[in-house]
Amino acid sequence: MKLYLPLDSAAVALGADEIAQAIHLHAKSKGIELELVRNGSRGMVFLEPMAEVETPAGRMAFGPLTLADVPALFGDLAAHPKALGLTDDLPWMRAQTRLTFARVGVIDPLSMADYRAQGGLTGLTRALAMAKAEIVAEVTNSGLRGRGGAGFPTGIKWKTVSDAQADRKYIVCNADEGDSATFADRMLMEGDPLTLIEGMIIAGLATGATKGFVYIRSEYPIAIDVMQKAVVLAQAEGVLGASVMGSGHAFDIEIRVGAGAYVCGEETSLLNSLEGKRGVVRAKPPLPALEGFMGKPTVVNNVISLASVPVIFEKGAEHYKNFGLGRSRGTIPLQIAGNVKFGGLYEIAFGLSLGEIVDTIAGGTASGRPVKAVQVGGPLGAYFPRALFDTPFGYEEFAGKEGLIGHAGLTVFDDTADMLSQARFAMEFCAIESCGKCTPCRIGAVRGTETIDRIAKGDAAAIPLLTDLCNTMKSGSLCALGGFTPYPVLSALTHFPDDFNAMKEAAE
Amino acid sequence: MLDSATLSARLEEILYAHKDMEGSLLPILHAVQADFGYVPPEALPIIAKDLNITRAEAHGVMSFYHDFREKPAGRHVLKLCRAEACQAMGGDRVAAHAQKALGLDWHETSADGAVTLDPIFCLGLCACGPAAMLDGKLIGRLDEARIDAIIGDIK
Ligand SMILES: Cc1cc2nc3c(=O)[nH]c(=O)nc-3n(C[C@H](O)[C@H](O)[C@H](O)COP(=O)(O)O)c2cc1C
Ligand code: SF4
Ligand code: FES
Repeated sequence: MKLYLPLDSAAVALGADEIAQAIHLHAKSKGIELELVRNGSRGMVFLEPMAEVETPAGRMAFGPLTLADVPALFGDLAAHPKALGLTDDLPWMRAQTRLTFARVGVIDPLSMADYRAQGGLTGLTRALAMAKAEIVAEVTNSGLRGRGGAGFPTGIKWKTVSDAQADRKYIVCNADEGDSATFADRMLMEGDPLTLIEGMIIAGLATGATKGFVYIRSEYPIAIDVMQKAVVLAQAEGVLGASVMGSGHAFDIEIRVGAGAYVCGEETSLLNSLEGKRGVVRAKPPLPALEGFMGKPTVVNNVISLASVPVIFEKGAEHYKNFGLGRSRGTIPLQIAGNVKFGGLYEIAFGLSLGEIVDTIAGGTASGRPVKAVQVGGPLGAYFPRALFDTPFGYEEFAGKEGLIGHAGLTVFDDTADMLSQARFAMEFCAIESCGKCTPCRIGAVRGTETIDRIAKGDAAAIPLLTDLCNTMKSGSLCALGGFTPYPVLSALTHFPDDFNAMKEAAE
Repeated sequence: MLDSATLSARLEEILYAHKDMEGSLLPILHAVQADFGYVPPEALPIIAKDLNITRAEAHGVMSFYHDFREKPAGRHVLKLCRAEACQAMGGDRVAAHAQKALGLDWHETSADGAVTLDPIFCLGLCACGPAAMLDGKLIGRLDEARIDAIIGDIK
């Protein structure tokens, strides 16, 4: 009997390890021959822990499982109290376009045979037969833009590094994923780490870099463990090393662990951290593409940017580019979080409206109360009211509404949320995480918290002060931590003025 | 208390294991903390000397990052997520309950040394919050009852 149960952090946080142990014990006591694969998650966090049983008709899903549901997995499957039907037929799965996440939840993350059987290494094989400039052009033609937040075209970044002359170049994968409501990087690394490795190797071929780092936040112990094992596996299989797949091109990867600083997700701060320094943001220029890690030309790309590269080479730039909206090409893994009925990861072409995502895919709130606000793009992203739910999911479209899509995380709040508290938290978070380099961020965020406290006490004169302060932070900050913290603050103030009204009931 | 012979022997091993690494200070600090539960102040001058940086630089790096501890933590470390997606699921309320039940504010360790309470900003469990980490183990959909059960187990 072959069973799948995720090793994914969310599944584990909901009891998957205990379920796995019970499955093993039960099979042993019944003398059943069992193959239990710990895979990535299919992304339906609301159904985790979700087990799948391989049947002649396909994989059948069961969840959310409790220990009491384990014995019935060995009985009449159709009669199982948590039977969901075939995984591929579940509405959540059917409507998606899984390109980057095609293998996540499907394969054993640490099986090269599974990886190859599902199209793994096809993209790299194709890239190995191409010239550097052709590889760069393929990425440019795909329309892929950085998924870390800034949306910079990946092909252009690669070209800068490719054209730079240097004795050494580096590929740095940004796996710091510090934004609340984001977990796509984590799920990809836990569920299909070889895809990230393949994407990094292609980046190396395109630019002439021979060494890669994956900088993973320390809050992700399972992702760190899986990535480390995947690197060892890829080395043993000759995919990484002195001659990538026997091509004569060298490329190797080292996993590094962050140390709990949000700002280290900013690329120059990350580079300082990798070099063993304080994670202070560097002024640009010089661009990391020209003077990055140890002063050498360096590609810094988000996990999802790099992990989308193999499928672009497997299916062609044109295929990827045909999905999307406007200048937002391809697919985006939405991360649906907070107070939602159906939370998890949902990969789809750009262009759905915010309302479709929140009301239809997420199914509204978990509490059953009305949705009040959605924060899109993490702690530096704006709070959207229902009035803006017609905004299509795309870089320019969100920027046009004084917002950002960031790393595509969405946090839904019901009507019990107090937007003044949310604005205060944004300032407090900025004060805690500021790297300290510029005054508007370091001091401004502290003043911002105090000013919001004054507003809470009924001092309406503090509102224009807050607006001024936000403008100073926007214009006088070196990076987006200080520069974008005003987005959540001002959006809360603009769209939810009642929450900043001094007459508001003290009782709530 | 740490005896200095143990410290320097172990440090030497850690430094040796990292000697060919580019930018090795964070991995070294992580390794030291994994072994000792914190970064003993006596370790910094030794690390600094090995990496050819000043003691002030080494201290500056260590104090920049939230992860590194200057003092040992309690026997158990409970980290509660304070970030937005967990807030949307009542994280603040659950955290306030934990603080009250433990009699601890953020970053404090109980007088009996049983537990340290730390804030954490996102564990990537944002679709099953409120989230926590207890001694490295991930916990989702936390509520007051679960907090009480955890405290019962560790006290
Ligand atoms: C405060 C701050 C935090 C950031 N955190 C991350 C992060 O966790 N992951 C990430 O990929 N990019 C993050 N970024 C964006 C990076 O600076 C950079 O744009 C990105 O890694 C480039 O990769 P991409 O082009 O593939 O998106 C952050 C930026 C700022 C200002
Ligand atoms: S805005 Fe804040 S985090 Fe960014 S460089 Fe300035 S002080 Fe550092
Ligand atoms: S916001 Fe709490 S785990 Fe992400």
